[in-house]
Amino acid sequence: MPLPFYAVVLSAILFGLGVMGFVFKRNIITIFMSIELMLNAVNLSFVAFSQMRHLLQGQVFVFFVIVVAAAEAAVGMGIILQVARNRQSLNIERIDLLKL
Amino acid sequence: MSLLDNAWIIPALPLAGAAVNGLLGKRFTKPTVNAVALGSTTLAFLYALAVVNEFSHLPASQIPFTHSYFTWISAGSLSIDFAFAIDQLTVLMLMVVTGVGWLIHIYATGYMAHEEGYYRFFAYLNLFMFFMLVLILGATYPVMFVGWEGVGLCSYLLIGFYFLKKSASDAGKKAFIVNRVGDFGFLLGLFLIFKTFGTLDIHKVVEQAAHLPVETAGAGTLTLIGLLLFVGAAGKSAQVPLYVWLPDAMEGPTPVSALIHAATMVTAGVYMVARSSTIYVHAPMAMRVVAVVGCLTAFLAATIGLVQTDIKRVLAYSTVSQLGYMFLACGVGAFSAGVFHLMTHAFFKALLFLAAGSVIHAMGGEQDMRHMGGLRKPIAGTFWCMFTATLAIAGIPGFSGFFSKDEILWESLSSPYGSRALWLAGVITAILTAFYMFRLIFLTFFGEPRYDEHHVHVHESPKNMLVPLMVLAALSLGGGWMAAPKLFGGTDHFEEFLHPVFAHADEVREHLPASVPESMEHTAMAVTVLGAALGIFVAWFLYLKKPKAADEMEAALSGAHRTLLHKYYVDELYDAVIVHPIQWISTNVFWKVVDTGAIDGAVNGIGYTARDLGYGARTVQSGNGRSYASWLVVGAAAVTVIFLWLGH
Repeated sequence: MPLPFYAVVLSAILFGLGVMGFVFKRNIITIFMSIELMLNAVNLSFVAFSQMRHLLQGQVFVFFVIVVAAAEAAVGMGIILQVARNRQSLNIERIDLLKL
Repeated sequence: MSLLDNAWIIPALPLAGAAVNGLLGKRFTKPTVNAVALGSTTLAFLYALAVVNEFSHLPASQIPFTHSYFTWISAGSLSIDFAFAIDQLTVLMLMVVTGVGWLIHIYATGYMAHEEGYYRFFAYLNLFMFFMLVLILGATYPVMFVGWEGVGLCSYLLIGFYFLKKSASDAGKKAFIVNRVGDFGFLLGLFLIFKTFGTLDIHKVVEQAAHLPVETAGAGTLTLIGLLLFVGAAGKSAQVPLYVWLPDAMEGPTPVSALIHAATMVTAGVYMVARSSTIYVHAPMAMRVVAVVGCLTAFLAATIGLVQTDIKRVLAYSTVSQLGYMFLACGVGAFSAGVFHLMTHAFFKALLFLAAGSVIHAMGGEQDMRHMGGLRKPIAGTFWCMFTATLAIAGIPGFSGFFSKDEILWESLSSPYGSRALWLAGVITAILTAFYMFRLIFLTFFGEPRYDEHHVHVHESPKNMLVPLMVLAALSLGGGWMAAPKLFGGTDHFEEFLHPVFAHADEVREHLPASVPESMEHTAMAVTVLGAALGIFVAWFLYLKKPKAADEMEAALSGAHRTLLHKYYVDELYDAVIVHPIQWISTNVFWKVVDTGAIDGAVNGIGYTARDLGYGARTVQSGNGRSYASWLVVGAAAVTVIFLWLGH
């Protein structure tokens, strides 16, 4: 088996873990981390496919993803900080103002 | 020929009056309303006179004079012109409608002076004149039908003029709905005419019908057309079994009763049958139906009139009865006699109603004859006018009603279509007519006053009410004399005048054997006159000589009296057989099942379904971020699976 195959399998496992964490965890910080995990899993698969196809686009995309993830992390952390301050809690189940 | 060409001006004038008064009348003062309403009818009358004058100079070849203004309806082979036609019959009706209508307008300015909705009344009355004139001028059946429906509408509006009164608005609806039944028959008749002749132009239809064979053997298309048209005529002219609306129509103001429900509108059916005389003479069976229904109506209505106590109701039943006479005349092929009676009836019945209105006015609104009596002295002018009309309707020689009624009775006996039974029923009706009319006169004007003299201040009506009465009294007296020479072996000028209109009908008739020799005419006349005298004598005996005798008779014949008083329970019968079942079906089937179940059900069902779907779909949007994520995962997984599947 060539290297990219393992990299793609690892990427799938990491993405699956990210999804699990996003769906089942209650702590917003953990969920946020799960999102980062999913993003990086995708980055990994980009890199792997780039290696496999001998194309640079995949690696360029990774940079874009990292930039967007950084911006998102900044905004997301800001929101989480405000939520934590206002509600004295990081439990996602308690943040349900939009619920019917 | 400019005046005849512009005959449209005659109906247009009252229409303009109706529009002005109807739209702006609310802001007008009463004199302005009067000026508009009276001005338009006066001008229409004068213009009609000018048209008639010009008509009299037309050569016979140009009669009927037809003028088409525009093509009204054009679809496939159907083409209907908005056209007016003028012949002798139209001329006669023009004079009656505009002349009597004009007099009644004058009277109404006095009678309605203290009523609410003064402008509304005159707007409706003018509108009625417009539609009535369209009806008689129309050269095609559909144009006639427009007038026909229009007068029905105005009749409805005017019967329900005091619409705050439940009985008045009910009577209006009754008139409208009963007339629908007749109009349905009329419309079917028109469809059949178009199918048979391919045209709806009255004169073309008549011309074609004249070439068809007389349906002596059995009922054919012409018989069916005749019967369907007669259904329409029976509705409009209040014949059995559709007469029930006319007595109730007396809820309207009295000038309306005089103009619409005595002199003009209700005679539209007679006019229509006379117009279609050619169709009828080719359908003897339809003629027989017309004659029998007319005779039956004349008799039944007269019997009901015997016991009514409301002065206007007596006159209403009398109108129904006299209309029956007119149909009897048409049914025995004496169309000109029917139209003659139509004209004299317009004079004396309009007068009777107007005089009754004057009496009601004098009594301060009282209509019950049991609370009148002895009014001869205080309102002498009204009395003499009404007495003239009563003599006319009773058929006293010399008065207009005598000439026309005698002619009808003679024709019902001597005509090839006539029979002794029809004549006998007609004579009995004449006796009853004389009786109930003199009963009315004796109860109202003679004997001791039976009203409270301290509360009722009997006063004679103003001049604008009395003058029309006098003019009509003169017409009731002299309106029949053109037929007089016939009695002495000369010619009947009236019949001669109308002869061109009924030429074909007369021709067909002449081929049939007469049932009674001419020499019997004077004997028959003597019987009629003696009958009338008998009726008057009985009325005099019962209501003047021995007032108690009437009550005793009432008690002795209480069963019969009650039946007559309740009008043979016809209204109750219609209620039970037609009105209630329809109401029941409407309530329990059309309302509760069809409307509530099917229509509302479908509409609400769509709403409920959308709502229930929404309830279901709402649970998906829980507001819980993680559940959204789960759906996303599930969706992504599903997409992946599908792609993997398709990939194979």
